[in-house]
Amino acid sequence: MDLIGVREVRVAHTRDDLVFAPGELPLGGGTWLFSEEQPELTGLVDLTTLGWEPLTVTDAGLSVAALSIAGTCTLAELSRLPAREEWVAHPLVWQCVNSLLGSFKVWNVATVAGNICMALPAGPMTSFAAAMDATALVWSPDGSERVIPVAALVEGVQRTALAHGEVVRSIDVPASALASRTGFRRIALSPLGRTGTLVIGRADPSGEVVFTVTGGTTRPRVLRFDEVPSAAALADAVDSIDDWYDDAHGKPDWRRAMSLKFAEEIRGELA
Amino acid sequence: MSAADSAADTLRFHVNGEPLEVTPRPGQVLRTVLRETEHFEVKKGCDAGDCGACTVLLDGTPIHSCIYPAHRLDGASVTTVAGLGTPEQAHPVQKAFAEAGAFQCGFCTAGMVVTASTFGPDDLDDLPRLLKGNLCRCTGYRSIHDAICGVVNTEVAPEGDAAGRSVVAPAAMRVVTGREPYTLDLATTALAHLAVLGSPHAHARIVSIDTDAAAAMPGVIAVFDFRDSPTTLFSTGRHEHRTDDPDDTLVFDQVLRFRGQRVAAVVAESVADAERALDKIVVEYEQLPAVFDPLVAREPGAPLLHGDKGPETRIAAPERNTVAEFHGETGDVAAAIESADAVVSGVWQTQRVSHVALETHATRGWLDAEGGLVLRTSSQVPFLVRDELCHIFGLRPERVRVFTARVGGGFGGKQELLTEDLVALAVLATGRAVQYEFSRRDEFTVAPTRHPMRVAVTLAAASDGTLTAMSVDQLMDTGAYGNHGIGVMFHSIHESVSVYRCANKRVDAQSVYTNNLPSGAFRGYGLGQVIFAIESAMDELARTLGMDPFELRRRNVIVPGDRMVVTNPDEESDLGMESYGLDQCLDLAEQALARGNGAQAPAGWAVGTGMAVAMIATLPPRGHFATGTVTVLDDLTIEARVGTSEFGNGTTTVHAQLVATALGVTVDRVRIVQSDTDAVAYDTGAFGSAGVVVAGKALYAAALALRAQVDVSGLLPGLTATATHDGTPRSVAFNVHAFRVAVDTATGAVQILQSIQTADAGTVLNPEQLRGQLEGGTAQAIGTALYEEMMLDGEGRVLTNALRNYHIPQFADVPVTEVYFATTSDPLGPLGAKSMSEAPYNPVAPALANAIRDAIGVRPLELPMSRDRLWRMLQA
Repeated sequence: MDLIGVREVRVAHTRDDLVFAPGELPLGGGTWLFSEEQPELTGLVDLTTLGWEPLTVTDAGLSVAALSIAGTCTLAELSRLPAREEWVAHPLVWQCVNSLLGSFKVWNVATVAGNICMALPAGPMTSFAAAMDATALVWSPDGSERVIPVAALVEGVQRTALAHGEVVRSIDVPASALASRTGFRRIALSPLGRTGTLVIGRADPSGEVVFTVTGGTTRPRVLRFDEVPSAAALADAVDSIDDWYDDAHGKPDWRRAMSLKFAEEIRGELA
Repeated sequence: MSAADSAADTLRFHVNGEPLEVTPRPGQVLRTVLRETEHFEVKKGCDAGDCGACTVLLDGTPIHSCIYPAHRLDGASVTTVAGLGTPEQAHPVQKAFAEAGAFQCGFCTAGMVVTASTFGPDDLDDLPRLLKGNLCRCTGYRSIHDAICGVVNTEVAPEGDAAGRSVVAPAAMRVVTGREPYTLDLATTALAHLAVLGSPHAHARIVSIDTDAAAAMPGVIAVFDFRDSPTTLFSTGRHEHRTDDPDDTLVFDQVLRFRGQRVAAVVAESVADAERALDKIVVEYEQLPAVFDPLVAREPGAPLLHGDKGPETRIAAPERNTVAEFHGETGDVAAAIESADAVVSGVWQTQRVSHVALETHATRGWLDAEGGLVLRTSSQVPFLVRDELCHIFGLRPERVRVFTARVGGGFGGKQELLTEDLVALAVLATGRAVQYEFSRRDEFTVAPTRHPMRVAVTLAAASDGTLTAMSVDQLMDTGAYGNHGIGVMFHSIHESVSVYRCANKRVDAQSVYTNNLPSGAFRGYGLGQVIFAIESAMDELARTLGMDPFELRRRNVIVPGDRMVVTNPDEESDLGMESYGLDQCLDLAEQALARGNGAQAPAGWAVGTGMAVAMIATLPPRGHFATGTVTVLDDLTIEARVGTSEFGNGTTTVHAQLVATALGVTVDRVRIVQSDTDAVAYDTGAFGSAGVVVAGKALYAAALALRAQVDVSGLLPGLTATATHDGTPRSVAFNVHAFRVAVDTATGAVQILQSIQTADAGTVLNPEQLRGQLEGGTAQAIGTALYEEMMLDGEGRVLTNALRNYHIPQFADVPVTEVYFATTSDPLGPLGAKSMSEAPYNPVAPALANAIRDAIGVRPLELPMSRDRLWRMLQA
């Protein structure tokens, strides 16, 4: 919809262009920003003109390559990430992109960092990045940079650790995560509805086993184990989560129960 | 700020091959750029990227144009549905949509066609995913699936032999190529726009209001509030008799009874100017006590919503917040329960549901050359709107013209006067052309909804299954205003109860005001809610008796010769059983269920079957009037004038078929001129499924009269005939739905394995269209049964105000429904036809609930039967 409070849209070409007055926000694809009234918003700076390479395979010389996803990489571009033999976790890319409520037409425009920075519980790029121990490279307005785990970047419903004017340059996925075996479960109140809860399990080559719950919780919840946990230990960990989300997409007790069920199913797969 | 370039002022890009130069406003999206450059084929369904009606190709890639920032367009190439093909040279997908009959209202079709144009053969197995961003509220998606797979469902009828054939809709090629204009699809010079300030409180009185600052804002033409309002009370609900609804509403009221109720309206040069000025209106409110639960609202001491109103407003008991009530008994229910072999009872609760017609309510108005008021509006009832505007504003009918273009869906939601009165006020006061268009948020927060109902049912029977007592206690939340709150209440307890023979019946019903948003007319008009309760109770009774549910129905449903009794066996009525196909409907459904369809349940899921019956009057009571005029034009085509709006009901097709059949011509020789108070003498409107059995009957009679002239003189230009119909007497139609379902008891997920609906619609005038009505009604009811729920916070705030938070069925959610028709013919309808638009909705939710009960052993008492609800039931 037209955003009637917006008085100026600027297009960024270099990092120097990333200057934000109060009321101004960085613009990724815009698929969320333009989908709701934004009464506080007065200006936008478009990041998609910065020319960032969407997907960069880094450390390609090592046995397992890492992946750097530009903040402006679209979900469609990510969904077409070429597989590599050592990227055992590659199916997770499609599973997570496909968890977006929006259609494949939204994928064509929506960006990975935009989805994360929106910080909605059902944001599937948050699910992917948090489960993969990905970090966000954040550009601060003073010219400095900082790196923050995506699981910590999303602090709550539509609340992030970003300060005003900070921009996510990239989402960096470590090689070991990409080499992990993974398990994935998701449920919504309808077959293709908005996520009620989404559980990802990941067995890292190091032996560490990580369960990540998103969608059902107000922020990503990452549960770490040195090895495949016992059923009881896993259930205890999931049960320690105390921020089950309550909205039109599922009651908290159902989300908790589904998360427990899915975690246990994935545990079986990873054992 | 100086950093970064401002987005280019002037953008050059191509739309459908034509160069365009545009200077978008900051924050503008592609959709509005396209519509402002008269690409009206790009629709607004949600303006939020959820519904897909605005889909276009951007450099060949499909996107939702309503969420695409316009400043990125420089150098781009945009293709809309109109660019894919023309009616003469259609894109293969457009042709396929027309030939499959893959639309009803057609408002989603532009986006549906553009999206489908990107699919290749490999995509056909992936349609649920690929179409989740294209919502259709009418069809139930089967015909859309057919179109994408190249299935042809329509035929070209020979001369004089159109009735009974699956003739394609006259507008089909225009709809599928984006050429068919809807309500706002026209250019108007110097158009002003209207925006509304809604009440922030659920119940308040305006102490003072200062609009000076708003009036001084740039672009503002006028500001209106209660001081400018006519003082004539009316109802937004519209019926043939205005006295059917209570006079409880003003254009602007000093008392606000629900959140979002109009406080003031700004008319300005643009929507943005108008909305910005709203913030400058200063209002002082005195908050009043509010009540949100109808159980509380009807009790003594509850805050009163319309306590100031007298008997002339036709509110049954303003001192108890009760707009209507009914209490009746025949026989002795208590004694019959006492002596019964089996007794079941329960309390069922239905939720608040939104129509989600893809085209939102909207009106554009202007003054004609003689100073008369003209309104082009998205309405099912243009004549009733005209008459009520004349009543409110003291205008003469000949000075007011109300008409509709093709309407983008209705479902009862447009049997209301929601935008027309404000536009009339604004046009009359300013002399300007003025438009008022609801947003999707408005549709959720201020447009009327289905009435939520709490229905207590007790049934008693003898051991042989004979129903001996039926007790129904219905309480409905009509919200802050009583539009349809009377009619829905009386209808809800009529055919639902009278379909059963039972010597002892007790019915209580109350329609109660609360400070929630108003409820209103919605497909089925109250029957769906009460049928959900009664048919669930009947299923429970069958279980208690150890009797097959089909058999229990056969033993107790009315048959020819029976009177239809609610609680007065001697009631005189124009409703009769002029034809009867319920027996066939039961047999056909039972046989189809027994036959099965081979669909397997996922391993470990519980499986069950269930069924329910529904009866509906073919027409609303107390008269429904239509005039049809058929004329031979100079080019020897036939013009048929009729009042009925086309909003996906398909009546325009049937009207053309009836006229072509009567006159012995092909349907392409018939041109329908419709839904215009200046074009036709009168039509009560398209509600209560009246389009075929009233307007169609009048038109068919006119065509037969013209045929008699033609038989004498030959087909000569200028020959004309007119006929009318008064909508009485009335008959009844029947539907039976049956399901086989699988339920995952671990998650609460329901998978429909088999869905069957059988209908007694009399003569089937257009099998493909009628199938579409049954499928569409079923899909809408599956939405009600499993997914849809308007959530309120208990203080009148609607929490689900966007489609992403209010899940209407997608392609993935709707099974193919097997459709079977009883072979009957009704002496009242044209060529033996009966109405069948609302009816298919009514038996679906209870049939599904009964199947779920059969599968999991626990009875759902609440809608929707969402996964989390079913899961909770299984934990108990």
